[in-house]
Amino acid sequence: MDREKRLLALRNRLAYVEDVFGPDGNDSIRVLKARAAEFLERLPHFPQADVEREFRRIEELLDFSEKKLEKELTPMDRVRIVRHPQRICLKDILENVYDNYSEIGGQGEYNIDPSVLIARAIISRRVGRRVVNQPVLVIGHEKGHGEEFRNGGSAKPWGNAKALHYMKVAETENIPIHTYVFTPGSYPVEDYPGAAQQIARNLYEMSALRVPVVAVFSEGGSGGAEAVALADRRIMLSHGYYSVISPEGAAAIEGRLRNGQRADSALVERCARQLAITAQDNVANGYVDRVVQEPPLGARPDHFEFFKTLRREILQATNEVVSSVKSMKLFRAMALSSRTHRKAALDPESIYVRWDLSNAARDRLLCKRYQRFRDMSHHAYRDNRTFMDKIRSGLEPLCWSLHSFVSYGLARGMRKRVRDLAEEVSAEAFLISERVVRPARKALSRFSGPDQPRAELGKRAKEALTRLSCPEEGACINGDSWVWMSGRAREDRAVSCPNARTHGCPDLWAPDLFSEFAGVCPCCGHHFSMEYEWYFYNVFNYAEAQEFNADIESGNPLEYEGFDAKIEQARKRTGRKSSCVTFETSLDGVQVVVASLIAPFRGGTVGAAEGEKFILAAERAQKKHYPFIAYVHGTAGIRIQEGVNGVIQMPRCTLAVRRYIDAGGLYLVIYDTNSYAGPVASFLGCSPYQFAIRSSNIGFAGPGVISETTGMPVPPNYHKAYQALSRGHVHGIWDRREIRKNLYQVLLTVGGRNLYYR
Amino acid sequence: MLNIKELLEDIKSNPYKEIIVRSPHTGTVEFAAGKSGDMVRGRAGTWGEKPGTLLAHLTREKNKKPIYAPEKGEIVNIRTELEGAFVEAGQELLTLRHYLTRKEVIERILKQALFLFRAPERAKYYFIPEVDQKLKVSGKRSVKVFEGMDMLIVSRMKRETPLAYSGPEGLIYSVYFHRGDNVDEGEPLLGVCPEDQLSTIQDVVARVQSEWEEDE
Repeated sequence: MDREKRLLALRNRLAYVEDVFGPDGNDSIRVLKARAAEFLERLPHFPQADVEREFRRIEELLDFSEKKLEKELTPMDRVRIVRHPQRICLKDILENVYDNYSEIGGQGEYNIDPSVLIARAIISRRVGRRVVNQPVLVIGHEKGHGEEFRNGGSAKPWGNAKALHYMKVAETENIPIHTYVFTPGSYPVEDYPGAAQQIARNLYEMSALRVPVVAVFSEGGSGGAEAVALADRRIMLSHGYYSVISPEGAAAIEGRLRNGQRADSALVERCARQLAITAQDNVANGYVDRVVQEPPLGARPDHFEFFKTLRREILQATNEVVSSVKSMKLFRAMALSSRTHRKAALDPESIYVRWDLSNAARDRLLCKRYQRFRDMSHHAYRDNRTFMDKIRSGLEPLCWSLHSFVSYGLARGMRKRVRDLAEEVSAEAFLISERVVRPARKALSRFSGPDQPRAELGKRAKEALTRLSCPEEGACINGDSWVWMSGRAREDRAVSCPNARTHGCPDLWAPDLFSEFAGVCPCCGHHFSMEYEWYFYNVFNYAEAQEFNADIESGNPLEYEGFDAKIEQARKRTGRKSSCVTFETSLDGVQVVVASLIAPFRGGTVGAAEGEKFILAAERAQKKHYPFIAYVHGTAGIRIQEGVNGVIQMPRCTLAVRRYIDAGGLYLVIYDTNSYAGPVASFLGCSPYQFAIRSSNIGFAGPGVISETTGMPVPPNYHKAYQALSRGHVHGIWDRREIRKNLYQVLLTVGGRNLYYR
Repeated sequence: MLNIKELLEDIKSNPYKEIIVRSPHTGTVEFAAGKSGDMVRGRAGTWGEKPGTLLAHLTREKNKKPIYAPEKGEIVNIRTELEGAFVEAGQELLTLRHYLTRKEVIERILKQALFLFRAPERAKYYFIPEVDQKLKVSGKRSVKVFEGMDMLIVSRMKRETPLAYSGPEGLIYSVYFHRGDNVDEGEPLLGVCPEDQLSTIQDVVARVQSEWEEDE
């Protein structure tokens, strides 16, 4: 029986090695295979006494080969490792790292989403003479060693909602959360709550989750990973990957493949290498704190030593987070930090830190979390601001804060008192005028006859209010012609409305359509897409706006092949340095800060520069007590060529937005044309006030990706704004011609307590 | 009285539907489809989202619009002499010959032979117990219906109301709804045929089912 088990283990190890190195393999694997085949052939004929020795020899050979092959691993091999059914999964970790656990929120396939596993786990340790049980909440993706119903760890929106629900439970119970990221990406469906909106909600809540969170990455696939990974410490397994997109997805985009065509393996390999997805890359970029070394060719469920290491690392990370915000730590903090710096120090099992936090410690935790993410990815964009600009950008916020403190803090009370007094006085005056002046005037008018000009004025006002048009004055022009007109309005040609077949719209003459009609079909109301300048000038009063941080430039931080030229081309075409334009403007007298993602610059994708500008804009709005408007002219998602430098903007910007909203601001998002993926699944989708312009599309993944991933056909109107509205993802749909009016109304009616005009 | 056999013979003698593709408005024509005898396909996809084969482009005021094939078929008459010419609205551009499918033939026969009793509102429909019993015991073609006969129960939002049959007298030929399913407004509930034509219709439909060769 023992022999059978050993034989099975041997076969599994061999199959694993073969799978990891892909169909092509290499010489070492071929030799190993030949030796193994020879062993298996000869095994029945070995004398009983030699079996043990032969087994040991072939196992040693396997050990040796694994060590040798470990050095040859390419990034794509690592991708194959994390996706292999023999790879450790969350259940193995729960069994081997924690001392006890109960699975909650579903069991096995009887689960709202079997790909998300939640457990209340206990870590027991001996402190002096007593045993201490420290509870934690474990949340993560479960691949279940290839169980089909687990969906490969691809969490559905309702799975992420379940995760969020239990995070709140942990917050109530004041216990730390350990999250394990084993996902190739989120399951891209829009059904309520919607992939993008739910990830955004998770990020938003995690931004201010008042308990320590430690995340462990094995397979970190973009947005799906971020939904549970906004953490105070991020640990990565040495053979894992953390990426903005799967290498296959990147290759499909690079190779411009459509309709589920497969990219060739060389291109996939190249993309995997260029995206900087490995643990070492992520540590070097500062997106992961530490790497947990795995056995050669990755950890499998029988590597018990590895689980011990993982336990130590997790204890250490949790202790570090807690002790960094606790007031009573003293020697333990020193012991912990000494372990971080010197390898051979105290075992974290021997350092006991209580993991529950006081209210003050919780506040400190949130500050540290914000600062931690705020400090990331500064190397990934080009800051071309002059030295003076940088100094100014450092000093200005102080002035704004001071100004806000004086005018909205100190002076506000005084102003309020003066206003109250004025109101009282005017009420008194009104009363006197009603009682004394009015009867006197009435008596006078009785003698002198009716007041002629006043009667005439009243008649005119009445007529203006009740008449619908002014026929004798010719065409009734209301004076709302547009300040900026599209270049397309100068072309002498007709344009067909896409709804012509169903709505019978007549052809439209381009000069009419793109000027007076503002790109709206007068028959069916379809909105043709308009240039971002149209909105800038006609809605946001850009001519008088003050643009800031225009010199923060998108770069090519990963030195992605050919991307420099593409960025340069986008820069030349648009005259801008990144796809995010931030400015301060006034809307009918209300000062606002606007951050806009413009589609002509690399599809409005978000990279490190865009993220930084967005955060700076949010901080500016917060300091000045202005409303903050995100106008999304179009965004195709996170810029894949920047790799994790791009994807980290999801938590970074969400943290900034959360901070702004918590400070009592008004964060408003307006979607136009097409808005997809990462930004919608984070800092845009988390806004409590989201509006869409008619005929826009909003979603997580495009129809091609959805049908490719889920195998389901996607209806043509799946991403339309009205669908998003009926799913509850946006809160209203606006006509382009009425944005300014609607915006003004929203500015006056919604938002927090800390706006300067309130 | 309707002669169903004659109708079938008629269809058999000319199993095609001729579709004349006309210019929807004025403009300059550029043909994109090949020549007479070429096969084209119609609108496809679950939601009809994939357009058919591109037949021509019609350009008016620098606005180039595609004209797609509405159904599957063969081009029989393409007016190539119009290539590059300015045409009026409603001008014949080409003719498609669409070979009728088995379903279309049956539909065409039943449309003429049956009376369709349609759902007046979106609801669940049930037969009244007596009719239900009879249908279960002796099959649907044994139930005779007449004007004003109480036949169905309309069940919607826990409200149940009887529905009387209105239409010509005859036998229930087919039932188009299932117990417990919601039926949309205007969808057919029952197909009723005159008593004396029942066997002929059954026979013809069976023949079409077995004999009609579909042009793949």
